[in-house]
Amino acid sequence: MSSSQLRISPRASRVGLLALGTLALSGCNLVVMNPAGDVAAQQGDLIIYATVLMLIVIVPVLVMTLFFAFKYRADNKEATYDPEWDHSVSLEIVVWSVPLAIIICLAGLTWVATHRLDPYRDLPRISATKPIDQNVSPLQVQVVALDWKWLFIYPEYNVATVNEMAVIVDRPVELKLTSSTVMNAFYVPDMVGMIYAMAGMETELNGVINSAGTYEGFASHYNGTGFSRMRFDVQALDEAGFEEWTAKVASAEQALDRRSFVELDQPSIDEDVRYYGSVQEGLWQRILNMCVGDDELCMNDMMMVDALGGGGIAGLYNRELYRGLCSADNPQGVFAILRPDLVDRAEEITAAMDLLPHETPQMSVPTEN
Amino acid sequence: MATQTETGAEHFADITNPVHWFWGKLNWDIFPFYDPLILGTFIVTIALGVGVVGWLTHKRLWGYLWTEWFTSVDHKKIGIMYMILATVMLIRGFSDAVLMRIHQALASAGILEFLPPYHYDQVFTAHGVIMIFFVAMPFITGFMNYVMPLQIGARDVAFPFLNNFSFWLTFAGVVLVMMSLFVGEFAATGWLAFPPLSGLEFSPGVGVDYYLWSLNIAGIGTTLSGINLIVTIVKMRAPGMNWMKLPIFTWSTLVTNILIVASFPVLTATLALLTADRYLGTHFFTNDMGGNAMMYVNLIWIWGHPEVYILILPIFGIFSEIVPTFSRKRLFGYTSMVYALCVITILSYLVWLHHFFTMGAGADVNSFFGITTMIISIPTGAKLFNWLFTMYKGRIQFELPMMWVIAFMITFTIGGMTGVLLAVPPADYVLHNSLFLVAHFHNVIIGGVVFGIFAGITYWWPKAFGFHLDKFWGTISFYGWVGGFWVAFMPLYILGLMGVTRRLSQFEDTSYALLFGIAAVGVAMIAIGVIAFIIQIVVSIRNREALACGGDPWNARTLEWSTSSPPPYYNFAHVPRVYALDAWDHMKANDAQVPKEGYVPIHMPKRTPSGLIIAGMMTVLGFAMVWHIWWLAALGFFGSIAYGIYHTFDYDRDFYLQPDEVRAIANGRRPVAPAE
Amino acid sequence: MANLTHPAKPAKSFDFYSTDPTSHVDGHHDTGTMLGFWIYLMSDSLIFGILFAIYAVLGTNYAAGPAPADLFEIKKILLATFFLLFSSITYGFAVINMQQGKERQMTTWLLVTGAFGIAFLVMELLEFQHLWHLGAGPGASAFLSSFWFLVGTHGLHVLSGTIWLAVLLVQVQKHGLNEDNKRRILCLSLFWHFLDLIWIGVFSFVYLTGVLL
Repeated sequence: MSSSQLRISPRASRVGLLALGTLALSGCNLVVMNPAGDVAAQQGDLIIYATVLMLIVIVPVLVMTLFFAFKYRADNKEATYDPEWDHSVSLEIVVWSVPLAIIICLAGLTWVATHRLDPYRDLPRISATKPIDQNVSPLQVQVVALDWKWLFIYPEYNVATVNEMAVIVDRPVELKLTSSTVMNAFYVPDMVGMIYAMAGMETELNGVINSAGTYEGFASHYNGTGFSRMRFDVQALDEAGFEEWTAKVASAEQALDRRSFVELDQPSIDEDVRYYGSVQEGLWQRILNMCVGDDELCMNDMMMVDALGGGGIAGLYNRELYRGLCSADNPQGVFAILRPDLVDRAEEITAAMDLLPHETPQMSVPTEN
Repeated sequence: MATQTETGAEHFADITNPVHWFWGKLNWDIFPFYDPLILGTFIVTIALGVGVVGWLTHKRLWGYLWTEWFTSVDHKKIGIMYMILATVMLIRGFSDAVLMRIHQALASAGILEFLPPYHYDQVFTAHGVIMIFFVAMPFITGFMNYVMPLQIGARDVAFPFLNNFSFWLTFAGVVLVMMSLFVGEFAATGWLAFPPLSGLEFSPGVGVDYYLWSLNIAGIGTTLSGINLIVTIVKMRAPGMNWMKLPIFTWSTLVTNILIVASFPVLTATLALLTADRYLGTHFFTNDMGGNAMMYVNLIWIWGHPEVYILILPIFGIFSEIVPTFSRKRLFGYTSMVYALCVITILSYLVWLHHFFTMGAGADVNSFFGITTMIISIPTGAKLFNWLFTMYKGRIQFELPMMWVIAFMITFTIGGMTGVLLAVPPADYVLHNSLFLVAHFHNVIIGGVVFGIFAGITYWWPKAFGFHLDKFWGTISFYGWVGGFWVAFMPLYILGLMGVTRRLSQFEDTSYALLFGIAAVGVAMIAIGVIAFIIQIVVSIRNREALACGGDPWNARTLEWSTSSPPPYYNFAHVPRVYALDAWDHMKANDAQVPKEGYVPIHMPKRTPSGLIIAGMMTVLGFAMVWHIWWLAALGFFGSIAYGIYHTFDYDRDFYLQPDEVRAIANGRRPVAPAE
Repeated sequence: MANLTHPAKPAKSFDFYSTDPTSHVDGHHDTGTMLGFWIYLMSDSLIFGILFAIYAVLGTNYAAGPAPADLFEIKKILLATFFLLFSSITYGFAVINMQQGKERQMTTWLLVTGAFGIAFLVMELLEFQHLWHLGAGPGASAFLSSFWFLVGTHGLHVLSGTIWLAVLLVQVQKHGLNEDNKRRILCLSLFWHFLDLIWIGVFSFVYLTGVLL
């Protein structure tokens, strides 16, 4: 189904180790080793570097296993036999220090690569040959995992799609991900490694695709009955093609608003590609804060209440009381009205708010709209 | 085209109906009559069960089984019962594997999808749960139970009743899991049941409840068994056996049980919290009301990673016994082997996050856990080298156990390498959840744990039964398993690099068909291995006279070989004094003779049915909770507590075996003769 | 087959098999019980460790509902705390009397301990009832879930300790202070002090910080 199968990448020559295997399995597209995006390519290259490093110790072990097994077989009376030999300081030093040395190298590689390829980090380059253009900001895509389909919102273009994503070749993409259901993972092997999408939380993924084509994306973390079918196509288009594509999406009649999102949120399998010509303002925040429906208190409001010392007994029965707290100009003031019993402790609570790390920087729910 | 989902929930009765207070959620619709595959399995199982029960009744064996096995507190019999249980469950878990391989091979070729997702998802969940909890765990617990007390010159474990009770708790877990096949459904969540998917909102059926109750009951048994074996090693070693004279398998048993005691309570607590979410409406791991599902993922892996080492460390111990024995040489680097075990034990608690690098932790955290993971490969590598240097300048006899060791060393090394690959976080970003990962952990679990289990079975079988296992069928089993493993899992590595994820049951891309097809051939080869293993046992039992052996058939080195095969139930008429590492080898070198006289009374525990009865009531409790039959659950719960209290009123729990009886038993046995 | 491993070692004399009954490891299982019970307590403290960790993570997730300051009646909790602390002291007295062989005094102190235990449980039940009536059950928020579970698990432990105490009293009545019963009383003593220790953690970590912060 993907045209990427026929792609011949210049990287292929660098994948020397796997060349033989690739030949033997010419029908296979080892997308992980040979992807269309720079970040995924670097991640794939790491597999080779690490393998080569480890083979320094793996190959001798394999050779020694077979050689010793052969040479010291019981019926080879020629071989030396020394039943009391059970200790050698120098050998012990070697067997502990050689793996140690390799692991030190690998650890260095890991530390550098993990930081360089941190999915939250803005891309430092577009590809090995192309530096980043400071004037071009990454393409923003907001991704929602639903049962069992993907929703993509393009805030810059105010359009949304289901089960189809488009990006511009050689322009970095910044994905913000959440889920309106169980844990999911978003994975486009040709673009960048996977990251989880979880309800009430926002994760981030930065990637790029370097050659035009249609690529495959899917949910890579098991999420229930519709898991196998939760797949979508990624179109990597040039600028003009992308403008054309957004125009096509924008011409769709249906709008993505709270009501149509609730409809879309119903579990379904094998959903067709769908376009939404416009997106209701603030919808992403509502999805992220799990309050698209009318009855729910938004997560950010709830967390604000919690940070201010909880909603009191009243909050057990009347959570709606606190709706919209986050968007208020002076949340502390609003809170003072809502919880007069805590007014005399307002300063203390405000101070405590600054102390408490209520949000981790990366998986946070924004506290303001 | 949108289709409505089928989650299986519609098979369940409306519990608001007042009639259901008695039956809970049970009704006729829950029996999977709609599925010919399950129905067929059900009929075959029932037929087999009736056959076995009929045969036992016909042979009048129930009394014998009850007095000699079910209520026995003899660590050797309990060990053997663990092994039998594990073997039976291996067949069940392997059937699941065969189903998955056939399904994926057919589905990826676009020929047939014979399992609907709802069913397929239960199969892979059951496969994982059964293989880890009810195959690998009982096998290693069986080994530790059988071998360790003999190795340290003890007559039983520290708490014999508890040992019996632990076994029956594991059995209770098995009963619940097997029941879920026919009564209702099993979890369709993956083997670790991550919420929110495993929460009530997304899994309203009874599958997850079966999972939770079965694992929690079995898990308590495992913890108790861990406490028991630690105390046994600390308190009951033969005189003279200090820590650095402890056989290496006993060392691995000690660190394994420390890991068990320090990790299974985490599992118990975590599963209890998920149970509360499902039964009491709490919000530990829910999406809303402040719950945090990531907490579960962390907690379950804080148990889950040590669990991996709980499985592999005893296996390392087994190899460390086999290699010197068949190389006719002392173990190279005993001290560094012991330190390596301890280092692995500690490090295994510092790596859990590598199971979810992709959950969004920062680069510092990911690198830290990646690097700690790699560090584990250093002591593991040192152990491999030590086995190699044990073979070096040896006289290697290629008996079956040694063949398994060679296969292990090659296979496990490759598995270890791919494991370190996955520990590099950016590489994990592209390999996580893929078939590469599946290939990796099967590479270390089959290549490590399973090969080790077979090595151990062929090694200690003569000790346990007094005759060898048939070598012909054992060799076939060996080649079936080893060859089958490579053919079945190498394609999965490649599929992983092609970006294929695990747990898929439907495919659009037929280019995967060839590799899935090869994998299916591999599983067929493993099937030959499994069948040959069972034939091997049957043939060996039939030819037991021809295969008979003495107490020390391998000319081995540790104390378990110093007593007769099978050992008398008190193990040693005279407890040996230990002066050196490899105590029995040292004794043989110094012409030790077992005295024929001078017997003293031996203090032994009495058999008791309490363990079986309490565990039985807890099975009832689990079943009743799964089906919301509250009155029955209360009966099971209070019944087990009441019986437990009743048990404590029994002060008459042991007896003395008199010297005359010991003499009579000792003289009736085959003499202990070094290597015939 | 010849013994390959020790080709030319002169046989030294070792006393491999002692037939001296006093040096015999005869499978007495008593020596291990206390060690085993200690290990059990370690594993149990791990369960509490998890529950504390859960409370640390979820304890401020009130879900816009009540916070500790809205719920806890610290004076009553303090009273319950003293009940439990005193019960540890009285258990100590019971053990001293047991070691001196004073069965009657020991029984009395154990009864006092049990009474304190029951008093603690009653206080806890009253607190739970109070929360339940407010609507602050375990399902109301993640904070309340972790609170009910942590405190409730401790309460269940105290309950089982109390039942165990009652059983032991019956057994002492029946069989006197034999070795088995002494060992059991010592095990329960460990258990009881352990629960006290956990409660100190609960009281400071949950109640005090909850009300004061």
